[in-house]
Amino acid sequence: MTDEGLQVFSDEAEDLLLVAEKALLGLDDLSNKEETAEGVNDLFRTFHTIKGAAGLFALNSVVEFTHVVESVLGDIREGTLPLDKDLVSLFLLSRDHLEVLVDSALNGVVEISGAIKTTDDALIERLNYYLGLNSVLDKSTTPTIENAEQSDNDGVENQNWHISLRYGIHALSNGMDPISFISYLNKIGEIKSIIIMGDAIPVWSEFEAENCYLGFEIALYAPNSNKAEIEDVFEFVQDDCKIRILPPHSYIESYIQLIEQLPEKDLRLGDILLACGALTKLEIDGVLNIQDVMIDDVTVSGEDIAKSRLGDIAVEQKVVDQTIIDAAINKQTTNKLNRNNEQQTIRVNAGKLENLVNLVGELVIGTANAEISAIRLADPKMNEAMENLLRLVEEVRDTALGLRMMPIGETFSRFNRVVREVSRDLGKEIDLCITGEDTELDKTLIEKIGDPLMHLVRNAIDHGIELPEERIALGKPAKGVVNLDAFHESGSIVIRIKDDGRGLQKEKLLSKALQNGLIQEGQQLTDQEIYQLIFTAGFSTADQVSNLSGRGVGMDVVRTNIESLRGTIEITSEQGIGSSITIRLPLTLAIIDGFQIRVGDGKYIVPLDIIEECLELDKSLDGESKGANYLNLRGEILPFMYLSDLFGEKRNVSEGHRDDIIVVKCGGKKAGFVVDELLGEHQTVIKPLGEIFKNLKGISGATILGSGEVAMVIDTPAMINLVINAGNDQSVTSKL
Amino acid sequence: MQEQVQSIEETEGLSQTEQYLTFQMIDKSYGLEILNIKEIIEYAEVTEVPMTPDFILGVINLRGRVVPVIDLGLLFAGQPVILTRRTSIIILEVKNSDLQLEIGIAVDVVNEVIDINDNDIEPSPSLGDKINTAFISGMAKVDKEFLILLNVEKVMSVDEFTIISSIQA
Repeated sequence: MTDEGLQVFSDEAEDLLLVAEKALLGLDDLSNKEETAEGVNDLFRTFHTIKGAAGLFALNSVVEFTHVVESVLGDIREGTLPLDKDLVSLFLLSRDHLEVLVDSALNGVVEISGAIKTTDDALIERLNYYLGLNSVLDKSTTPTIENAEQSDNDGVENQNWHISLRYGIHALSNGMDPISFISYLNKIGEIKSIIIMGDAIPVWSEFEAENCYLGFEIALYAPNSNKAEIEDVFEFVQDDCKIRILPPHSYIESYIQLIEQLPEKDLRLGDILLACGALTKLEIDGVLNIQDVMIDDVTVSGEDIAKSRLGDIAVEQKVVDQTIIDAAINKQTTNKLNRNNEQQTIRVNAGKLENLVNLVGELVIGTANAEISAIRLADPKMNEAMENLLRLVEEVRDTALGLRMMPIGETFSRFNRVVREVSRDLGKEIDLCITGEDTELDKTLIEKIGDPLMHLVRNAIDHGIELPEERIALGKPAKGVVNLDAFHESGSIVIRIKDDGRGLQKEKLLSKALQNGLIQEGQQLTDQEIYQLIFTAGFSTADQVSNLSGRGVGMDVVRTNIESLRGTIEITSEQGIGSSITIRLPLTLAIIDGFQIRVGDGKYIVPLDIIEECLELDKSLDGESKGANYLNLRGEILPFMYLSDLFGEKRNVSEGHRDDIIVVKCGGKKAGFVVDELLGEHQTVIKPLGEIFKNLKGISGATILGSGEVAMVIDTPAMINLVINAGNDQSVTSKL
Repeated sequence: MQEQVQSIEETEGLSQTEQYLTFQMIDKSYGLEILNIKEIIEYAEVTEVPMTPDFILGVINLRGRVVPVIDLGLLFAGQPVILTRRTSIIILEVKNSDLQLEIGIAVDVVNEVIDINDNDIEPSPSLGDKINTAFISGMAKVDKEFLILLNVEKVMSVDEFTIISSIQA
């Protein structure tokens, strides 16, 4: 099939594998029967769907492997094979292997070989072992709802499934290949006979070559399949196709219904069912007789009643149990709901989305420009229109940016697996507790935050949490807890990794730092400074290098990654109680609400969310003249700095000039910037400053103002640090 | 630079001509291969970027893009360009390890585009001048005058700049 189709398969397989992983990890508590059963069902479905889809594309390696997994799962589902921890681990391995298989199959590898083949064989052997345990028991005794229709006594003689297939008229133009579905049926059973229904073909003058007019009546011998499996074959065409599947030995009434529902003439259908071997001659006659009675009903009581009767008759004749009908109906509704949910998302090319966001950025700049002209015109009507436009543009901006937002949950849930495996390897007992998985952030951020988080989580497990014996000795519960939390806070997103382990050992850090020459003997460091040492390249306090951590590379990379996203990282720790690492990231990378200020001749933007307040700098409070860079803000000590000093501009000292100070707060730190003028809010589209400025601290980007001027965007966290450090170290100030 | 020298050797005998844009900075003539030149604009208001070395003049708004502008005079000869009516900014487009970069260079006067035969280009001598020879790909003799040909990739090499700015900032 087409590459596009394959792409869809690849995307779907990826999603399904994720679902499978989730389901497997959900199987931790095997004592909970209900949840376990549900989990197994989920797993079965996902593996089955993958198999079905792979079959469509003739990815045989995938199909064969999945089939074995599915069989084992089938046994578990039927209760003939108990599920234990080993099996769950085996399934996890199988899932991983399947991922590899799908990848290689998509890369055009027809025959697997080498390492993949070895894994394949080994896994299949292990899976078969479980199947072998079970081979004595008959697999086809699944008491599913679909199969409950079957009855050995009252059903017709036919032992084949009967599938009545009417493709939608647009099946071909939708890119479906009707034949491939039918040939796939051969994978789950044997097609005994097939009859092509050409009745829908119109007269030649109205014939459209692109339309699909054909229908098929198929007899399928598949004693080991259930209805769902057969239905799944047609999953891709379900929406616009009429598919009716009758199990072997169905009641004759089912055939009546089938005949009723099909568009072709009844008699002809009878013949066809006969030809198909679905019904014997005798049965057909019976069918047609019953139908005659029905038709009488129609003439007497009208169509509606007749229809309702059909069901009633069936129940009265004990053909179908009422509860089964209800169950079936319920099931159908849920299926339908599920499908509706699926349709609520659209896959969009990331490039298109990026383009849209860029365009919205230009739109924002454009409207800012128009606004300036409108204000100059001072036309009330114009201003009103402009106000409206601005509001709309703001909404468009927020919506467009929202398109790129994704909940962080998926990233978080990946760590379930990591924690599970790593803690097992280390012999530790650890619970991963996830909160705030609904917190949304920009997709690019999500992609880039994954690796740093992985490092941090591994570190928490490896260095943080102690061994169970140690923990008990310390009076802690044997099971350690790693917390992953995400939430929004004043325009940034906060991700926190917390553990209740041993915490950072300051002395150990200090002695190691001394040893590495990172600090000098006798140097005084704040707690925060000591903790930040762990982010230094090549710094590790682990006595042994494990395969998880200890090489001292990870944390350095973590810091670099997070800083490249304009984020900050902060550590708090209490020895013996645990440590927590807080990452703060900007919500989006592209457009922010900014506050425009002027320093000297230059205009600058400060992100609005982090501004606490703006106030006039009271010269009498200004301690700076006394050599200190602090002022008293309602009893609080606030370090501050003249931005004009920092930027190498002249301070405005003219009489009557008012110095404003903006108080910003970020990551728990507060600082004041003294500016020459406050210019008001500005929607800011952040543009990168280019490579040559990449070592520039304190400026994170540039933006274009409505007037066409360029304004610098202040990197507040970095700037706050500059101010605070300058306050601590007067020599820096004088140098600047 | 080596490549260029090589190509000169290879094409010896064959007369191949390339087009160069000539411009002036502090009474000296320079040439730049036109392949990397995107456009030439009038010197417009450049927004200063604080806390950067002096040779980085700042950034300009080039139709919605923010493009850095550097002062070649300061970078090469330690003397800033003199702003006159004829001061221009040459916008260069450089590919640097898969990144498409735009950089503007401010020059005193832009002259013309001329053809220079490869045979007329000599490898750069060690100049007694106060010019940083690392950025020069060769000297060309045009109308009995020497033209200093700049190696665009070297001139705009981002690494070089980041090193400089990290030292000075």
